[in-house]
Amino acid sequence: MREKLLYGLALAGGLLLVRNLYVILLGFENEASQGAIYRIIFFHVPCWFICFSAYALAGGSSILYLWKRKTIFDDLAVSAVEVGVVFTAIGLLTGSIWGRIIWGIWWTWGPRLTWAFICLLIYLGYLMLRRAIEDPTERAKNSAVLCIFAFTSVVITYKAIDWWRTQHPGAVLSFRTGGGNIEPAWEYMLLFNFLALALLSAPIVMIRMRQEKTQREIDGLRRRTHEL
Amino acid sequence: MDERNFTYMFLGFAAAWAALAAYVVFLGAREGKLRRQLENLRRMVENREK
Repeated sequence: MREKLLYGLALAGGLLLVRNLYVILLGFENEASQGAIYRIIFFHVPCWFICFSAYALAGGSSILYLWKRKTIFDDLAVSAVEVGVVFTAIGLLTGSIWGRIIWGIWWTWGPRLTWAFICLLIYLGYLMLRRAIEDPTERAKNSAVLCIFAFTSVVITYKAIDWWRTQHPGAVLSFRTGGGNIEPAWEYMLLFNFLALALLSAPIVMIRMRQEKTQREIDGLRRRTHEL
Repeated sequence: MDERNFTYMFLGFAAAWAALAAYVVFLGAREGKLRRQLENLRRMVENREK
């Protein structure tokens, strides 16, 4: 049942992504000033939605772990952070390629980009911290605290375009601007791609959680072999 | 279509997909490694308990 759900979600996400790619490449006209390159936003923006959602999920799970002390919340936090880190890297990569054409540079130390990079480093630090602590309870407790504090970097990254003047384009989506800054068809495509990536990310998080459970079982068996 | 822009657009899509595919492959490899470790340890415990 669980395996079927995993494959079902991944298949639905994959099919929706293929359909979206077809519409993005063949259904949409080139943008007047940017040409073909503007299409990158249809992956760039949903990637950031996914990583912000993943970090929020990880932060929520970390709070629940500290409250309930159930390992499933620690498993969910680390799985969500790992997926978030992958999508943060993809977001930075796609943004950098877009910037090379539109700005003429691969990178600039503007507030939005700098905070996005800091955010990536903090969550990479979270993953490294987990590898450095051997005791499972200590590891879960310390990393949960870090994960909760790390979420402030997500909020700052998200709000950077409102708080500071930055080279990065401002908000365009209706829920932030009240509408009128983006073609409705493009906005729907951004949301559809977010849905597709979310459908693909969900089974990845579930598989990663299963691996954490297996790792705990392995650690338990190792302790038992030492005792025998 | 601007050919240069198209090349970079393709590069952007390819980079995104390649990064995601690399992570999925890494995840699959880790899954295999964990399963092998688990099987070996289970066998070891069974042998020592006999």
